[in-house]
Amino acid sequence: MANVSSLNTAAAGFDAVSAEVAGPRGRKPRKILSRRNIILYGLLGLAALYYLLPLYVMVVTSMKGMPEIRLGNIFSPPVEITFEPWVKAWATACTGLNCDGLSRGFWNSVRILLPSVVVSIAVASVSGYALANWRFKGADLFFSILIVGAFIPYQVMIYPIVILLRELGVYGTLTGLVIVHTIFGMPILTLLFRNYFTSLPEELFKAARIDGAGFWQIYFRIMLPMALPIFVVAMILQVTGIWNDFLFGVVFTRPDSYPMTVQLNNIVNSVQGVKEYNVNMAATLLTGAVPLIVYFISGRLFVRGIAAGAVKG
Amino acid sequence: MRSHAPAGRPSQLFRNLNSKIALIPMILIALVVFLGGTVWTVVYSFTNSKLLPRLKFVGLEQYERLWDAPRWIISIQNLAIYGILSLIFSLVIGFVLAALMDQKIRFENTFRTIFLYPFALSFIVTGLVWQWILNPEYGIQSIVRSLGFPGFTFDPLYNSDIVIYGILIAGLWQGTGLVMCLMLAGLRGIDEDIWKAARVDGIPMWRTYIFIIIPMMRPVFITTLVLIASGIVKVYDLVVAQTSGGPGIASEVPAKYVYDYMFQAQNLGQGFAASTMMLITVAIIIVPWAYLEFGGKKRG
Repeated sequence: MANVSSLNTAAAGFDAVSAEVAGPRGRKPRKILSRRNIILYGLLGLAALYYLLPLYVMVVTSMKGMPEIRLGNIFSPPVEITFEPWVKAWATACTGLNCDGLSRGFWNSVRILLPSVVVSIAVASVSGYALANWRFKGADLFFSILIVGAFIPYQVMIYPIVILLRELGVYGTLTGLVIVHTIFGMPILTLLFRNYFTSLPEELFKAARIDGAGFWQIYFRIMLPMALPIFVVAMILQVTGIWNDFLFGVVFTRPDSYPMTVQLNNIVNSVQGVKEYNVNMAATLLTGAVPLIVYFISGRLFVRGIAAGAVKG
Repeated sequence: MRSHAPAGRPSQLFRNLNSKIALIPMILIALVVFLGGTVWTVVYSFTNSKLLPRLKFVGLEQYERLWDAPRWIISIQNLAIYGILSLIFSLVIGFVLAALMDQKIRFENTFRTIFLYPFALSFIVTGLVWQWILNPEYGIQSIVRSLGFPGFTFDPLYNSDIVIYGILIAGLWQGTGLVMCLMLAGLRGIDEDIWKAARVDGIPMWRTYIFIIIPMMRPVFITTLVLIASGIVKVYDLVVAQTSGGPGIASEVPAKYVYDYMFQAQNLGQGFAASTMMLITVAIIIVPWAYLEFGGKKRG
């Protein structure tokens, strides 16, 4: 008897399985409003809201007048749109004794950015090329030190660099800051270029060698034109990185040539005077605008850049 | 290995001469700045340098003073709280977002753009925005109060007990997009067949994630972990912008301690000792990872 009952349950189980197997086949027709989709898009939407909120608050606040800010809440859209805070942030906001607004910091940042990006990428691309195609004994050791150095906190190396720059007579000058940005851009950029040049077919290099091209000829005539996409990635990386830098700006420049981030912080966190939140937010947006524009224009390349930056090891 | 110079040339030194010349900047940076600078700082952390670096050794005195300073202890505590929570939350949030993004959704690019844009912004901008949103007079607290909860209190930036969480919110907002991107790349790297096999075996999706996918993504997790961790140790601008270390000294961090002692308090020895401690912290994170990653196998 026991046998029969167990047989029965087995049969029932089998039935269930076969029902499952014989059920509807092929792709399930997807309902747009299935429970799964509601949860999925609901969660994603909620997360997106959290990420977008600060940007929204910045924009909204920067277009309100101060009386409106004092009355309303920070999320409500402006009743009367005004661009005065923007003008003030750009042209007349004060840091200490200077009252010519963020424009000074903006142009300082541009003056820092252009040479730093050019020099750091030039040095790193040549280094990457040499490491990939013209290896010599010991080169990899220096490269390893460079990569390990990428993880050392800047605070550890900052004072020796101050001394070095002072000895060279460029401490506090634009040249000094360009050197600093070149130094700290080296590990990641060199890695980026080295990996790219290593991935190019070796035959290309050999053919050029047989044709009698030398180190610089191969670099300028063959490698450089082929590496344009990676140059763009490196530029994105450096432009956002250098524009957003704060520490080096504070340490290695003098107050009248502070970059935009430093000046922004000084404007917003200055203790004297009445706080003008709308001007502060306009100033914050202005400072964030450059990397944001780079980000929105470059799209996928930006992702590629940070992915390259992320996989350092 | 590529070696292009013909074998048997007489002089080793002039082999690949152009290459060696081209690499001079890199070699100088690696040896003089990275290696030399680090050693220099460590050596001078044992001296009593004040306004100027001086080679007068005082043993471990700077370190004793450092660990006796309440401000340093608070800095370390803050870094620990911020670090651990930031690691946990950014890994969890980053992974969940990546898993949601990996469901063959529509508008994937739009969502990614939204999640990642804070990463393009500087810590200064991030800190200032969140300073404004968390402003108790106008920000979240006042809004919730006006909605009919007059007793609601949420003023992390003005309450020394929870100020570090206010900074954490901002830090997570800025950094989780990157973690999401790395995780998504990891998820995309997993073979479709594994998903099919799990579905055939009738394993529910969440179990597949926890017991199959996450263990398979171990390298991605470890790399991300090391990246976030070595970034956390450096956290500086965010605190400067959001709270300037306040209220009082409640939100101080080690990097700020180093800067203030080196460039404001003219007490170089303390700054060097504190930065050496930061170096040790990073080494504790990096060395085991580097050992696991590169120690076993030889890279050719």
